Amino acid sequence: MSGIPHDHYEPKTGGEKWLHSRLPIVGLLYDTIMIPTPKNLNWWWIWGIVLAFCLVLQIVTGIVLVMHYTPHVDLAFASVEHIMRNVNGGHMLRYLHANGASLFFVAVYIHIFRGLFYGSYKAPREITWIIGMLIYLSMMGTAFMGYVLPWGQMSFWGATVITGLFGAIPFIGEGIQTWLLGGPAVDNATLNRFFSLHYLLPFVIAALVVVHIWAFHTTGNNNPTGVEVRRGSKAEAEKDTLPFWPYFVIKDLFALAVVLVVFWAVVGFMPNYLGHPDNYIEADALVTPAHIVPEWYFLPFYAILRAFTSEVWVVQIASFITGGIIDAKFFGVLAMFGAIIVMALAPWLDTSSVRSGKYRPMFRWWFYLLIVDFMALMWLGAMPAEEPYASFALIASAYWFGYFLVILPILGVIEKPLPQPETIEEDFNAHYGKKADGAGSAEASPAE
Amino acid sequence: MMSQTNDHPDQEPASERRDFLYYATVSTGAVATGAAVWPLINSMNPSADVAAAGTVRVDLSGVEPGQRITVKWQGRPVFAWRRSPAAIEAARAVDLDELPDPVDETGENPNLSGEEPALDENRAAGEDGEWLIVIGVCTHLGCIPLGQDGAAVGEFGGWFCPCHGSHYDTSGRIRKGPAPRNLDIPPYTLGEDLQLVIGT
Amino acid sequence: MLKKLALGAAFALALAPAASFAAPDGEPYVEDFAFSFEGPFGKYDQNQLQRGLQVYTEVCAVCHGLRYVPLRTLSAESGPGIPEEQVRAYAAENFEVFDEELDDFRPATPTDHFPQVTSVGAPDLSLMAKARAGFHGPYGLGINQLIKGIGGAEYIASLLAGYTGEEKEEAGVILYENTAFPGGWISMAPPLSDELVEYADGSANDLNNLSEDVAAFLMWTAEPKMMARKQAGFVGVFFLTVLSVLLYLTNKRLWAPVKGKKD
Repeated sequence: MSGIPHDHYEPKTGGEKWLHSRLPIVGLLYDTIMIPTPKNLNWWWIWGIVLAFCLVLQIVTGIVLVMHYTPHVDLAFASVEHIMRNVNGGHMLRYLHANGASLFFVAVYIHIFRGLFYGSYKAPREITWIIGMLIYLSMMGTAFMGYVLPWGQMSFWGATVITGLFGAIPFIGEGIQTWLLGGPAVDNATLNRFFSLHYLLPFVIAALVVVHIWAFHTTGNNNPTGVEVRRGSKAEAEKDTLPFWPYFVIKDLFALAVVLVVFWAVVGFMPNYLGHPDNYIEADALVTPAHIVPEWYFLPFYAILRAFTSEVWVVQIASFITGGIIDAKFFGVLAMFGAIIVMALAPWLDTSSVRSGKYRPMFRWWFYLLIVDFMALMWLGAMPAEEPYASFALIASAYWFGYFLVILPILGVIEKPLPQPETIEEDFNAHYGKKADGAGSAEASPAE
Repeated sequence: MMSQTNDHPDQEPASERRDFLYYATVSTGAVATGAAVWPLINSMNPSADVAAAGTVRVDLSGVEPGQRITVKWQGRPVFAWRRSPAAIEAARAVDLDELPDPVDETGENPNLSGEEPALDENRAAGEDGEWLIVIGVCTHLGCIPLGQDGAAVGEFGGWFCPCHGSHYDTSGRIRKGPAPRNLDIPPYTLGEDLQLVIGT
Repeated sequence: MLKKLALGAAFALALAPAASFAAPDGEPYVEDFAFSFEGPFGKYDQNQLQRGLQVYTEVCAVCHGLRYVPLRTLSAESGPGIPEEQVRAYAAENFEVFDEELDDFRPATPTDHFPQVTSVGAPDLSLMAKARAGFHGPYGLGINQLIKGIGGAEYIASLLAGYTGEEKEEAGVILYENTAFPGGWISMAPPLSDELVEYADGSANDLNNLSEDVAAFLMWTAEPKMMARKQAGFVGVFFLTVLSVLLYLTNKRLWAPVKGKKD
């Protein structure tokens, strides 16, 4: 592996040498855990550890829950109640698993927006970014299928609505939908395959996480300045970096503990706050709940899905050009997936030579607006599809696409960036300086 | 919290490494990890519904003399037999020397404390020994012995295991065949009102 | 800076409702009862749960089942806490269950569940207190649920006490006006009235008391492990806070030489 020059593992004893010449696993772990990390990372860089924790939490609690769960339409709901009432500590395990999904998405959204602000997606980190997007998509698939398993009303009707999206694809959609469900409607076959895939996908995510880490360990971490670590020599690199262990491990663990205080309070005192009451009613194929609302983490994209109705002129044009093949329903589906695709294409849409938003005076405000936009979409996704929400959703969706497809490319051309520090060391010392005024403001380190 | 300024952060001062703070942090973290692992293990212990099924209540007042009934307890059959005077007499006439397994240990008869000779007086319920309650699982390889119908009772009038030919007598003791031990007895109470409670 | 921005976004969201639309008329009214089990320190009131069980048994059980609730849990310390002997008698006296091994009905035992009741198509009540939300919004922001709780028990109590006395017939079905029911008209006839159930200990038994008692009981049937959960919550929050402080101090000391701070 190339990358930042640093010390490598040297086997010393006979036993170590014996193992190292056969399986250099200790060396691999050493390189991974001692990776030189830019020493100016701020508190927005802690969410990777939170995400790793979430993955482990979900897999571990999930494996135990599976021991008591029955994936059958007649028994699934009752088996969840069995977990809640009879299994030792089962109610905690289940609430941890359900709310763990929410923590997972809180963390991934902050992690993604951190990357968007500090330009972590830009060369040479495009692969890290793309793998990250694949992880995010896998998370969405896993969460969606997991939500079906308790076989409540929202489980059932959420599955019906979301698989219905595939039915919108022209010509082959209905076939795909039937194939996905294993029948004309959501039923036992659907529940069983979702159960199987819900168990499989986390391990796919784990593999993708390894690649994600491998990729950014190759390029080195980005950092709040966006300035690269100097790599001329080991001595030079050491001025910009500190080893991951112990400096960032302890820092991240501290942040994780703080996050877990909040998480634990939610699980202990309001575990159903983020859930939907209708999911405590067993699935009934003959009764649709009054409002079908996805889990909160899907709401922004759900809002985009619903925003493009047949009254919208873009939709009418698309329909006209394609001779009606792209109708409003299919357009909505394209828009929803497109919203994620444009995000994945950010490395190529952003034309600016400056990485970090700290030094981009115009970009900054458009970015802040994107955050507001995202939250507005999340809110609109939960509101009924009627005026004035529908118009708001359309405007908010338009901004989402506009940000990636128009603003990012143009800003790089017209924006005059602020001066950046020469090195990470310079930035770090400006804050914590060994200079006369010492104290150093904590601007890059808000939580301290 | 005092600490030294150090231009070479990689060299941790030895005095700090042995600091109380580090020990406190590491041990708290270790306790947290342990506390997180225990519920995962505990969740695999029998759940409340299984534990509750560990006690079974049966009304024996309707059982006629000589009749045998089978009760399901913890997924296994328990044989309850209201023995005839002849069966009781046959069981009590046996000499301990004739028995392949003359001693019942605590695990084999949890209603007695410690090792007891496998006398019918020790194995049957009450003074008169009218009731015999045993777990209907052959001690050889776990088959269910025949005999509850009163027909295929084997050479010694109790039960006969068809799998490998073990014969049990009217006290549920092994008399012939490969089984190593007498039929086990479940923990139970049987009062004057003939309400049998198996399990504790 | 991202923090400022998060604040800004929250602010923008908070402004949004103020700038828009009034609540739709005829919103069902749910009273925010003060139940003993509310809040992080709240506990079930054992006497109230026992009274609620009595109301359920004498009134609700005719039409509504509790199919997910094992009868043995009535003796749970963190629930109604009825002695095991009494639970056994209660089960045998009040319920019959179908035993597949006997291929016949027999009196219920504590290991059985409350029976399912399907005769009149009334919903099962096991999870009703979690399957309904008393409080919403405003404007889908979830603030009311955060402050008042989700309010399933409040909804049940408000509904039981919320009949106006008006009725109407629609498509051959008699509907009763109810101030807590979404839509305002419910097909369930008023089940409770003042002094309908006589409590052995002479507790107050007017309509509001009966409604609250049975609502509390149904909260317990829906969330029987609430006490254990809150206790785990306290232990976990306390422990993780200690761990956070220790890690904060460790981290501070670890970084102090790097940051060149003299403290």
